[in-house]
Amino acid sequence: MIEAIVFYFFAAVLIGASFAVITVKNPVHAALFLVLAFFSASGLWLLLEAEFLAIVLVLVYVGAVMVLFLFVVMMLDINIARLREGIWAWLPFGALLAIVMVIEMWIVLGSERFGLAGTIAPEGHPAGYSNTKELGMLLYTHYVYPFEIAAVILLVAIVSAIALTMRRRKDTKSQDASAQLAARREERVRMVSMPSGRK
Amino acid sequence: MPAAAEIILLCALAVIMIVDLLVDDPKRFVTFMLTQISLAICLVATIATSSVAAVHTFDGMFVSDMMTTVLKAGVYVSVSILLIYSRSYIESRSLCRGEFYTLSLFAVLGMMVMISAANFLTLYLGLELMSLSLYAMVALTRDSAVATEAAMKYFVLGALASGLLLYGMSMLYGATGSLDIEKVLAAIKSGQANPNVLVFGIVFVVAGLGFKLGAVPFHMWIPDVYHGSPTAVTLFIGSAPKLAAFAFVLRILSGGLQPLVHDWSQMLVILSFLSMAVGNITAIAQTNLKRMLAYSTISHMGFLLLGILSGTVDGYSAAMFYVLVYALMTLGGFGMIMLLSREGFEADNLEDFKGLNARSPWNAFVMLLLMFSMAGIPPTVGFYAKFSVLQAALKTGHLGLVIAAVIFSLIGAFYYLRIVKLMYFDSASDNAPIAGTQDARILLGINGLAVLLLGILPQSLMALCARSIQSSMIGF
Repeated sequence: MIEAIVFYFFAAVLIGASFAVITVKNPVHAALFLVLAFFSASGLWLLLEAEFLAIVLVLVYVGAVMVLFLFVVMMLDINIARLREGIWAWLPFGALLAIVMVIEMWIVLGSERFGLAGTIAPEGHPAGYSNTKELGMLLYTHYVYPFEIAAVILLVAIVSAIALTMRRRKDTKSQDASAQLAARREERVRMVSMPSGRK
Repeated sequence: MPAAAEIILLCALAVIMIVDLLVDDPKRFVTFMLTQISLAICLVATIATSSVAAVHTFDGMFVSDMMTTVLKAGVYVSVSILLIYSRSYIESRSLCRGEFYTLSLFAVLGMMVMISAANFLTLYLGLELMSLSLYAMVALTRDSAVATEAAMKYFVLGALASGLLLYGMSMLYGATGSLDIEKVLAAIKSGQANPNVLVFGIVFVVAGLGFKLGAVPFHMWIPDVYHGSPTAVTLFIGSAPKLAAFAFVLRILSGGLQPLVHDWSQMLVILSFLSMAVGNITAIAQTNLKRMLAYSTISHMGFLLLGILSGTVDGYSAAMFYVLVYALMTLGGFGMIMLLSREGFEADNLEDFKGLNARSPWNAFVMLLLMFSMAGIPPTVGFYAKFSVLQAALKTGHLGLVIAAVIFSLIGAFYYLRIVKLMYFDSASDNAPIAGTQDARILLGINGLAVLLLGILPQSLMALCARSIQSSMIGF
């Protein structure tokens, strides 16, 4: 009973927050609503006894990704009014399409196809069951191949991010510490013999 | 050790990335040679570890059979050839950086993973590995606004397609309870899976595949990306990834969903018909050769789908033959654009091919062979490719579609032959000597002759395709 209440609470918050992400006017607020959505989703995962994944979701997405996201949003000067131009003209048509699609998907994917009758609920875990350990075991045995490919994808991301953004400009005034340290006196000081002022 | 080639390539990549940091040569000759050597080693490793029957490893996530060997060999050879073609082109366009080669190899690794995937997870990861490398390669010329726009379009639409594909896969997972392609097949055969959910998933999977192949109505990105990218990258996108995409389509549709052939072949009929129609008719209006070849790609994808939609071993092997031949023709076509280009000048307008016969009869002859082959005129290999696909579709009773295909390829012959007319019967407006390195020129000649030779003797390649498809058909 209490589980059902918690589930419906988190689910309602999740849906509300996700809806707010795409409807609020201020992009910073949208990012903050996304944080709320992630929190609610991790709450749902906790209910499913996936503690490790729930914590990772908060740590990685809320802690790292969203903070970065907020920085980017604040740095870019996004003109909301221009982005929203024409939304009212397209809204009826878009809404109609969306409603038709939702109804169609409901017919195909209604709860009787994915309900508890179709799929059996997994059994609960015994006390002392470690989610993290099980995940680690799976990740490094059964799923080691996709895990490695995912790592290579991250490597590609690093390589291409550097290749696309790093510019060696010749006209920048930056310090070259090793060149400074390697400087010798002869290069910097020039002895000039001047005739003395007094005759 | 079935996955030896993948492991070797990853290790070689790590070495090349470090060596490239230490090389100060602006021509990146060392990186280029190391890239070619690693591709050659991969070819040897793939052939040495190949087997006729399917071998699985990594807990059934990786499969190696004859089809994977042939397609991977095709990928290595075409990437190796296109890197040689691109040498002088990238040197004159600030593209000659180590990343061009390392990203190429990353894309090759992604293609290998796709070709050998036996699980939806690895299929998807391989696709992303390949696509991410390609997005970055398109954007590698940072100062070109056209290339940046092309990269953005490619990235956004590619991400959308990946989303559709993933959603479809999640539906298939929901219906069958497994991501393993063989288990998906078993669940469908046993009748436990809900057919409504399966078909719903197939719709999204086919839409995602259509995006990746560039079939109409999911083709909008192809002309802009082909036109906007530097020609070396266009050549890359147009050739080897199609081989991987073919394996991808075959693994999902025939490997996992063969019992539902009636559902997905209807969708492919529409995609195939529209691709042939839009591709061939729109190409007539193009004045830019890269754009024209982009529309020609769309129509070729229509023909490829024609082979796949027949859902038989004959159809699949005809499609495999088609995709190998297509890669060969594309290499030649874009290779010729790069050969005729020089610093600050891009030979990608139809005008630039005027009077090529007077400037260089040999290159004009090679281009003539390539254009004949793309149009499907005997005795070039393009004829047999089209012929075998049409034959397979006819056998399964798609008579109307076959008639339409013949009519559209007749329309298509117009714009291929227009280039031949420009080369032989118009006078040149540009008399600059033809640049390009000697090895690229010789290789391009071989490429053109291969199109002719395979057209005269297509049996061995056809037999190879038929045998590899037969050996890897788990769907039957």
